[in-house]
Amino acid sequence: MILTNIESVPGMKITGHYGMVSGSTVRAKNFVKDFGAGLKNMVGGELKSYTELLEDSRKEAIDRMKLQAEKVGANAIINVRFATSAITSGAAEVYAYGTAVKVQPIEG
Amino acid sequence: MDLLIILLTLGLTFTTGSILEKNHFKKIREREIALVKKPVVSFGKKLTTNKKIKKVEFVTGEVVISGDYFKNFVSAFRNFFGGRMISFESLMDRARREAMLRMREKAKNADIIVNARLESTMLNTYKEANNQIPQVAAIAYGTAITYER
Repeated sequence: MILTNIESVPGMKITGHYGMVSGSTVRAKNFVKDFGAGLKNMVGGELKSYTELLEDSRKEAIDRMKLQAEKVGANAIINVRFATSAITSGAAEVYAYGTAVKVQPIEG
Repeated sequence: MDLLIILLTLGLTFTTGSILEKNHFKKIREREIALVKKPVVSFGKKLTTNKKIKKVEFVTGEVVISGDYFKNFVSAFRNFFGGRMISFESLMDRARREAMLRMREKAKNADIIVNARLESTMLNTYKEANNQIPQVAAIAYGTAITYER
């Protein structure tokens, strides 16, 4: 599965469109890590456990989007975008969406 | 007694916050200088190129950065009188630049990153409790392109 966030896959040509695919995930950390982050919140700096949370969420959202694209028979997703929102404190939603397409390499 | 605790917390968080921020900015600058020859552009949506392409890859970088108690405290005054909130400007700046750097570091072997985009959200702002210390989550993403040599 090739992912790009531009309107084409460079070096390949698009032979079929399958419409929009998307994947979303809402994840929360456990209370121990929330407590740790709360302390870190007072002194400032990077909240590593939340960064990990965001990374995991992003991976999962993309995986779900890929799965959906595989189901419709696409082999690439173009114009991928992210939207994020905070549901409550300590939980984040990541929403990934794009257009599923079929691509093949340009010969010559 | 309560006032003393508040003053102590303010003093402590001012020190830790400013040390952490200073070090972070220093690291960001060093890493940006190290990556200065790797271009990142925010255009390229309708990319056309004559070069042979070896690899196309979707790259992301993400970070969550928190403000501190002191910043939150002084910003309350600033919010009252109006004007630039320098303490939060630097917070947003750090989060975005860090996310961007992480993305670029993942694509170290690529020639160019096109259509770089930044997405950010606050993790810690309720409408009911607006005295929460802000946490900025930033995601940077783009398409890394490696040319055939």
